Amino acid sequence: MIKTDILIIGAGPTGLFAVFEAGLLKMKCHLIDALAQPGGQCAEIYPKKPIYDIPGFPEILAGELVDNLMSQCKQFEPGFTLGERADKLEKLDDGSFIVTTNKGTKHKSKIIAIAGGLGSFEPRKPILENLQKYEDNGVDYMIKDPQKFKDKSVIIAGGGDSALDWTIFLADICKSVTLIHRRNEFRGALDSVDKVIELKDKNKVNVITPAEVEKLHGDKKLEKITIRINQDNVKEISTDFFIPLFGLSPKLGPLSEWGFDIEKNAIKVDTFDYQTNIPGIFAIGDINTYKGKLKLILCGFHEATLMCQSAYKILNPGKNLILKYTTVSGVHGFDGSKKEAEKSVVKSINS
Amino acid sequence: MTDISITIKDRTGKIHSVNAPTDMSMNLMELVKSYEIEDEGTIGTCGGMAMCASCQCYILSEHQLKEMGDDEEAMLSEAFFVKENSRLSCQIFITKDLDGLEFEIAPAS
Repeated sequence: MIKTDILIIGAGPTGLFAVFEAGLLKMKCHLIDALAQPGGQCAEIYPKKPIYDIPGFPEILAGELVDNLMSQCKQFEPGFTLGERADKLEKLDDGSFIVTTNKGTKHKSKIIAIAGGLGSFEPRKPILENLQKYEDNGVDYMIKDPQKFKDKSVIIAGGGDSALDWTIFLADICKSVTLIHRRNEFRGALDSVDKVIELKDKNKVNVITPAEVEKLHGDKKLEKITIRINQDNVKEISTDFFIPLFGLSPKLGPLSEWGFDIEKNAIKVDTFDYQTNIPGIFAIGDINTYKGKLKLILCGFHEATLMCQSAYKILNPGKNLILKYTTVSGVHGFDGSKKEAEKSVVKSINS
Repeated sequence: MTDISITIKDRTGKIHSVNAPTDMSMNLMELVKSYEIEDEGTIGTCGGMAMCASCQCYILSEHQLKEMGDDEEAMLSEAFFVKENSRLSCQIFITKDLDGLEFEIAPAS
């Protein structure tokens, strides 16, 4: 069981900044995120896109912003449960909560901050009859353990970076790898495209374009698929695995079952401190809604800051809190580090 | 007068005739959001960067639109429910020559 002061669900910019603000008030945070790395959409969808409305940064790449936020909160030693989705919420008699992920990891805290953006990122599934029947029986949407595919035949569908990267990676491990894409052009890093072409020329992978998967066959397990090449040529290919990689789309998912007041696919909060209808659980950033809400990173930062004030009062009943300026008090990390302004030197001149 | 009129068929088949400003550098996805025609979180997920296809639409009128950019074409090649008249509504900016445009919002995926 992981124990922490504030459990943050969602490791995007708002969640990461909440770690810093909580740290200033001596509260420790742990973050859960369905993605394998912190940064949320900024890291997953648009790391190379510039953002122009972060105060103090005329221009910053989304990926750089995440790196900066990580380094800003590092001294407060946040814990991470990555690649797992927060699934279940239980409330204990002492007022604390237990959150269990889809992989069974349990987290205990008195305060929860939902900073889940648009929800957790789930793979986009192609529209194919019987697809569900073969899930985990030959159809995978993510590659967690490549060894699973060792000496097997694999068909990958998709035209983006992940389809290209996994084609390259699996080429060495699998008996055969076939990449299928609806167009002749791929939308990926140029060197990945070149690498796939090189592997194709060496007969290490098969590339079939323009083609689409039409049907899946197999008794209990996936055995073969039907593909349509160039509109009118239909072909069946035997395979052990089919891995469709068509990107990710965010879903509110299990959070919608936790008992929150939901409006417009977002969690309603009180703008005093962004607390939800469940005392002790806050919602900050794009996942919340209130009158006048704007889904902007800078608004998420503000919400995270105010949320921490109330969280402190819940964790430290009876203690008075005074706002401290980092320019005056500096920043004292949980790792023993200390940052503060240099003291000005006063020296008298004796003549 | 800087507004034009646009007709939008939503995912349930309901028709909405709306006024669209040409002086706000708004795109069709933002227009749909501004009138709250579809549920928040089901359209324009990536914010309008041609990176998610949640704002896919079908152009129903005969308007000549600006050609697709590489981003849009690549994203549509990975989207579902794609038809001949599919476009990403976030890539179509509201200009005077779009007056009378009709489009349908593609199913969510």
